[in-house]
Amino acid sequence: MVTKTGPSSAKLGSFAWDDPLLLDDQLTEDERMIRDAARAYCQDHLLPRVVEANRYEVFHREIMNEMGELGFLGSTIEGYGCAGVNYVSYGLVAREVERVDSGYRSAMSVQSSLVMHPIHAYGSEAQREKYLPKLATGEWVGCFGLTEPDAGSDPAGMKTRARSADGGYILTGSKMWITNAPISDVFVVWAKNDAGRINGFVLEKGMKGLSAPKIEGKFSLRASITGEIVMDEVFVPEENRLPNADGLSGPFGCLNRARYGIAWGAMGAAEFCFHQARQYQLDRKQFGRPLAANQIPQLKLANMETEIALGLQAALRVGRLMDEGRAAPEMISLIKRNNCGKALDIARVARDMHGGNGIADEFHVIRHAMNLEAVNTYEGTHDVHALILGRAITGLQAFAP
Amino acid sequence: MKILVPVKRVVDYNVKIRVKADGTGVETASVKFSMNPFDEIAVEEAVRLKEAGKATEVVVVSLGPSAAQETLRTALAMGADRAILVQTDAEVQPLAVAKVLKALVDKEQPRIALLGKQAIDDDCNQTGQMLAALLGWPQGTFASKVAVGDDALTVTREIDGGLETIELTLPAVVTADLRLNEPRYASLPNIMKAKKKPFETLTPGSLGVDVTPRLTTLKVVEPPRRKAGVKVADVAALVDKLKNDARVI
Repeated sequence: MVTKTGPSSAKLGSFAWDDPLLLDDQLTEDERMIRDAARAYCQDHLLPRVVEANRYEVFHREIMNEMGELGFLGSTIEGYGCAGVNYVSYGLVAREVERVDSGYRSAMSVQSSLVMHPIHAYGSEAQREKYLPKLATGEWVGCFGLTEPDAGSDPAGMKTRARSADGGYILTGSKMWITNAPISDVFVVWAKNDAGRINGFVLEKGMKGLSAPKIEGKFSLRASITGEIVMDEVFVPEENRLPNADGLSGPFGCLNRARYGIAWGAMGAAEFCFHQARQYQLDRKQFGRPLAANQIPQLKLANMETEIALGLQAALRVGRLMDEGRAAPEMISLIKRNNCGKALDIARVARDMHGGNGIADEFHVIRHAMNLEAVNTYEGTHDVHALILGRAITGLQAFAP
Repeated sequence: MKILVPVKRVVDYNVKIRVKADGTGVETASVKFSMNPFDEIAVEEAVRLKEAGKATEVVVVSLGPSAAQETLRTALAMGADRAILVQTDAEVQPLAVAKVLKALVDKEQPRIALLGKQAIDDDCNQTGQMLAALLGWPQGTFASKVAVGDDALTVTREIDGGLETIELTLPAVVTADLRLNEPRYASLPNIMKAKKKPFETLTPGSLGVDVTPRLTTLKVVEPPRRKAGVKVADVAALVDKLKNDARVI
């Protein structure tokens, strides 16, 4: 039997093309205020810098201080100079930052989820007191070393070793594709101990044997700096080991948070590309009428809007579950995979819809398309997240033969 | 020294305004609202005066619907100390706002009432001036610079053709112009702290003010569309058009 909830059930509302499912209504007053503040900063201060930064491959270091001042770094942490906002707010900020550039969002995500989070979650009180306040203001920059030249999707295959030594450990090995590494003051590095267990260590710039060369020639995330971490017999005192991380659950706990933010961020980049493509198609006239008056552009725009609306709803749902402590890692795999893949498709189509202008950086869409290639790959590739879901669906793990 | 800063919730400056089909006003359903930009400048100035040790407390007030709470919270997140919402669903008009503000000034006893020069929705540019008249206070409108002395304020005003500097005896009304300052962004920690700041809700009735509109809006229409220009053959044709069609020379 169908029950009607009253005469209002037949009433229809109005449609807003830029917020089709009224996401705005689903946010609290604080969340909206945080989003608006983040949007204002990003549009006024990040957008004007990004074309040059991307063209000449420059990371403006002062951005970390600016983000620190606004409380974007480690925003979900309570105390230690951090804001203590919920995960939905963290996601909303990631979306606004990535609306400008995935590289800027990467720098923020790494500092927040991959450096401050492990120090907060797995570190001692002394480590928290020492590192978190300076990382929160952006006075210090941090990076996260898990991936190696020969260990990407399979981090358990890492070669970096932490040999026990008098008063600490000797770390040897190298880490690859490390966001922020060349400018980092603090390095959260994962290495296997004598027992073969993965442990986390906090290394500091200037330690003997530690270097972080820049990776040149990136065609993606050019506005963020990426490097290697090379450890040649680096002595790390015992007090720099994260005491409460044992095994892969340590780095995975960090990655879950970062990936959640990426699911929001990628939608920010996609929204930007969608809005730009729409405007371009409305402004550009060929055969005496706007390109947007044709059926194919309208179909493309409808597809973009649909994927963005659904992707944002999914990110919001997982964010609410994270705030309730009910989000499963597979949920994060689902939204990270879906939103990054869809955002990449949207950016490529938006590039196409800009015609020849689409390859010029001042129209921004080619930059987003290039950036999202990395975003779709890092922190668990599109395919590997499918395998995580596949394992959960079938109970059979397909990673290894 | 206490500073009172009134703020208004208006349709966001980025929104493309649409006139309602029946011509009774503009579309406000599912439209983004935010703090009137000139009020944001006023809040920023008051907070800076407090940070400089010139003011002791910044009280932000608004007359409007319950949704105006959000606007007041933004002001608290920027650094104001407490907020008062005088709640009404009636259309707010400058005289009614000025009367409510006078009642709040009587209650709060600030030394400065610092307002935005005008709201970007109705563009009236009347409230500050009306408030000064009702209070019998001196006024410094369109301020681009404010310096606070012991018993006086020096206000630099943007006027046609230049700047005018005046001195006002305190207490006084000041209205902020665009170039007074660049407002800060609310930081995440301050947004969280704003939730814990004192927030009082009153009604116009409790202040003894009647806010019933005295002005009637007859109709609201879109501005006329600009017509396409024409090309003229020579200077003589141009002069002829300017003389006879445009009638500007």
